[in-house]
Amino acid sequence: MLHTVNKSPYEKNSLQRCFEYATDGSPVLLIENGVYAVLAAGSHASMVEEAISQHQLRVYALGSDLKLRGISKEQMIAGVLVIDYVGFVNLAAESDKVQSWL
Amino acid sequence: MAAIKKMMYINRTAPHGTVYALEGLEVVLIGAAFEQDVSMAFMDDGVFQLLKGQDAGDTGIKNFAPTYRALGDYDVQKLYVDKVSLQERGLVLEDLQHLTYEDEDEDYAEKPSIRLVSRQELSVLMDQQDVLFNF
Repeated sequence: MLHTVNKSPYEKNSLQRCFEYATDGSPVLLIENGVYAVLAAGSHASMVEEAISQHQLRVYALGSDLKLRGISKEQMIAGVLVIDYVGFVNLAAESDKVQSWL
Repeated sequence: MAAIKKMMYINRTAPHGTVYALEGLEVVLIGAAFEQDVSMAFMDDGVFQLLKGQDAGDTGIKNFAPTYRALGDYDVQKLYVDKVSLQERGLVLEDLQHLTYEDEDEDYAEKPSIRLVSRQELSVLMDQQDVLFNF
């Protein structure tokens, strides 16, 4: 199952809830304001790093949403993978369903 | 002519995802024409509005980040940023756009508009206002 999160973790608990429900190894795609979760020095960074290291979640962020918000590669958590719209489509296509955490 | 009022526009939302940030900025720019004592405060995800390097690329989404640079020309000279909100997001002053205004009392010297403030300081500033607008 593909999980998408479109809310800032600093404003809502959508990402936290997503991480609690996603089974180990699942793909999690951050879109729209969800991409603010990638800030490496931010207070929610450890939650994202733990999801990657302890639960093997594959955390992706949509490149154009990062760029629109002014988040640079240097500011990002190293383990987060940046993908484009084609990558988004591929993730959705290879997943049997999508859970959108709003 | 009515007395000049102190008006603060409080911004607590990220630039995109909702229309609050853009609408708030437009109201500030329109309101600036009425020569009131205007300031803006940025807290919580509102601090993301001021991030440097925002680029809409080919998304078709309007990138209004450059518009904040016009605030100085409209005599909006006080942009208060909540220090704690910035720290929580792992950001520092240098991550924000360098916004300035020209100080007419000092031979139009260029001065920074953004002032980092504590929540205690911002609370005092809010208390001094006549009107608070929230976006």
